[in-house]
Amino acid sequence: MQRLKIEDLQRIKEKHRAEFTLREGGYRAKVTVHMGTCGIAAGARTVMTTLIDEIAKAGLEDVIITTSGCAGLCAREPMATVEIMGHPPVKYCDLNSEKIKEIFKDHVIDGKPVEKYALVVGSETTY
Amino acid sequence: MEKFRAEVMLCSGTGCVASGTMKIKTALDEELKKRELEGEIKVVLTGCNGYCAQGPVMSVYPDEIFYQALTVNEIPKLVEEHFLKGRPYQKLMFKEPEEKLAIPSMRDIPFFKYQVLRVLRNKGLIDPERIEEYIARDGYQGAAKALIEMTSEEIIKVVRDSGLRGRGGAGFPTGLKWEFASKVQSDMKYMLCNGDEGDPGAFMDRSLMEADPHAVIEGMIIGAKAIGAHQGYIYVRAEYPLAVKRLQIAIDQCYDAGILGKNILDSGFAFDLEIYQGAGAFVCGEETALMRSIEGKRGMPRPRPPFPAQKGLWDKPSVLNNVETLAQVSLIILNGSNWYRSLGTEKSPGTKVFALTGVINNIGLIEVPMGIPLKTIIYDIGGGMKKGRKFKAVQMGGPSGGCLPEGLLDLSVTYEDIVKSGAIMGSGGMVVMDDNNCMVSTAKFFLDFSADESCGKCTPCRVGTKILLDILTDITEGRGKERDIETLMDLSNDIISSSLCGLGQTAPNPVLTTIKYFRDEYEAHIKEKWCVAGVCRDLCTFLIDEELCNGCGACLRACPAKAIIGEKKKPHRIIQDLCVQCRTCYETCRFSSIEILSAKARETNRVESVSAER
Repeated sequence: MQRLKIEDLQRIKEKHRAEFTLREGGYRAKVTVHMGTCGIAAGARTVMTTLIDEIAKAGLEDVIITTSGCAGLCAREPMATVEIMGHPPVKYCDLNSEKIKEIFKDHVIDGKPVEKYALVVGSETTY
Repeated sequence: MEKFRAEVMLCSGTGCVASGTMKIKTALDEELKKRELEGEIKVVLTGCNGYCAQGPVMSVYPDEIFYQALTVNEIPKLVEEHFLKGRPYQKLMFKEPEEKLAIPSMRDIPFFKYQVLRVLRNKGLIDPERIEEYIARDGYQGAAKALIEMTSEEIIKVVRDSGLRGRGGAGFPTGLKWEFASKVQSDMKYMLCNGDEGDPGAFMDRSLMEADPHAVIEGMIIGAKAIGAHQGYIYVRAEYPLAVKRLQIAIDQCYDAGILGKNILDSGFAFDLEIYQGAGAFVCGEETALMRSIEGKRGMPRPRPPFPAQKGLWDKPSVLNNVETLAQVSLIILNGSNWYRSLGTEKSPGTKVFALTGVINNIGLIEVPMGIPLKTIIYDIGGGMKKGRKFKAVQMGGPSGGCLPEGLLDLSVTYEDIVKSGAIMGSGGMVVMDDNNCMVSTAKFFLDFSADESCGKCTPCRVGTKILLDILTDITEGRGKERDIETLMDLSNDIISSSLCGLGQTAPNPVLTTIKYFRDEYEAHIKEKWCVAGVCRDLCTFLIDEELCNGCGACLRACPAKAIIGEKKKPHRIIQDLCVQCRTCYETCRFSSIEILSAKARETNRVESVSAER
C-alpha cells in the first residue's frame, strides 16, 4: 500500500463504504462469519470452510464472504450475518455446516431468510 | 459532529434519479425548512439501494422506515406526518410483498435493545485484518485531526473535558494522566497499552483487540501526540494468540500505509509501535510491574511516587492506558467532549463494556451506557437466569472485586456507586451466580487466585493472602472456628492498607463483600457445619425427600458412586457411606426431591445395610 495522506483516508472511506453497503461494489450479498476466539472455539472455521466450498460449487461471483470479530453473543456462536442488497442484515446463531448450507441455498441464493436459525434482523445502535 | 434526530437516506442511484430523486430532494429540503426542522433532520443522498422499480425511494433512520414511489406532491404530507407528528406515513410505506418474516428485529430483543455501541462500534462489522474496512468506518480520521489540526494541549483538553476515565478498573481520568506526562520534559517518553487482561471470566479487551485492533492503535497515536511520545508498546498476554496476530497484522498495515513510523499522514509526527508479549502473570497488569516486565525484568511493582508519568518505562515519563480506554479516544477527538458526555452520568460519562458470563442465558460481550441498573444488564440484556435458577450474586471486578447480592440489583453501574457497595467496576468482568454457588467457596476461589498470583515482594500480600486462604480452606473443610469471621475481616483490612500495589490492596475484596452480604453462610459453615449450597463436600448431606421422589431413577443412573438405591416408581434412598457429595443427583433431579442438609445429618439418616436393601 502506498503511504497515505489525509485526503486518501476520505477516498478509501468512500470506496470501501460502497463495498460495505453492497451498493456500488457489484455484489448482491455479503456473508460475515464471526471469528473471534469464542466463534472459532465453537466451530466457526467449519462454517467458514463449508461456505467457501458452497460458493465455489455454485460458481457465484456476486457474493462476498468475509470474517469479523465477536458479534457479542458468545453463548450462541458460531454466528454469521447475511446481508442481501436492499435488505437489513440477518444474524444467524448456533450454526454448523448443515445449517449454513441451508442458509446459503435459501437466503444467499434464493433471498429467503431461514427463520428457524435466525436470531435477529437489523443493525445495532451505535452512538 | 452535528447531531440529528433522524436521518433520511434518499436514494440517488441512477434509477431513482431518473424517476425524480432530485426534485424530491428539493421538495424535502424546502418542506423541512418551512417547518423549521432542517437542524433536526438530515437528508443524505445515497447510492442505489437496489429497489429501483419503486423509485424514488428513501429510508428514515433510526426508525428504519422505508418509503417508496415518492412524489413531490406527497412530500409536505409525509414531512408533517413522520417528522412533525412522529408517525410513519402509511400511504408511501413499503409493504412486504411476501408474508411478514418471523425474525425479530434488534428492538424486539432486549440483548440488543439496551446496548449502545461506541467502543464496540465495529463489532462484527469489519474484517479486523483489513485496514481499509476500518478506514471506511471513519477509522484514523480522529488521528488525522489530532495530528494535523490540534496541539497537544487541545487534545488533552478535549479528553479531559470528556470526563473519560480509565477502563482498566480504577477509573483514573485519562486526560489528567496525559496532562501529567505531557508536562514532564524528557528526551524520551513512552505511550503504552495495557492488554494484560487477567481476571477470570473477563474477555473484553481480548475481544476488542481481536475485533478492532486498529481502534486501539489509533488511540495510542493520539495519546502519543498528546504526551509527546514517539515510541509505544502494546503489552498483550501470550495466551491471547489471535489478539497478538491481529494486532501485528494491523501494525504492519499501518507501517505500510504511513500511519505508523516517520511522518505519519504527512503531519511530521513520528510514532513507532511494537507488541510486547507478557507471560500471563496477573501482577503484570499493574502499571509499574508491567513496565518492569517490558524492560525484561521480573514483573514486580515498585512504590509510587514517582508515578510513571515522571518515571515509568526505563525511568522515562510513560503513560499506560487500558485497551478499552484507548479504543474510544478517536471518537472523542472527532465528536467532541459534549458528545461523549451525552451518555452516562456526570462523574462516569460514556459507556462501559462488560463480559457477561455465568449462569445467565445470554453470555457475551456487551456495551451499555454508564448508570444503567445492574438489573437491566442481568435480566434484560443477559436474558435472566439460566433454566430459571434463582439469582444469588453477581461477581464484579474479578479477584479485585466483590460479590453483590440480589438486594443491590437496583444499583446503577457507575464508578462511584459500585465502589460504595464494596465491589469495584474493575475491567468489566461480570459473573452471575445462582444458588448452586457457595459464597465461602467463591471467596476461596478468588483468594486462591490472588495468593497464587501475588508476586511476593511485599509481606502483607504474600503472607496475608495465604493466611486468608488457609482460614477459608479450614472453614470450607469443617475446621472453622468461632472467631474466624473477625480474623478474616481484620486481616483483610490490614492487607488493604499495607500492600504495595493494587493486587494486594484489592485482593481481600471478595472476602469482605461475601462476609458483608452473605455472613449467614459463613456462620452456617462454621457453627452448623452446613454448606447450604452443597458445594463444600465435608459440610453437607444429600437426602431424598421420599414424599417428593417419584422413583424415576434418573439420580440412580447418574450417581457415579452407585450410592442410590430404590425400585422403579418407588422413592429412592441414598446410602450415606457410599455418597461422595458430588451433587450429581441434586442437579439431575427434576422434582426437587433432593435436600441438602448439614454434615451432621449423615449420622441420623443412615441407610443401615447395603446388602439388605438390594
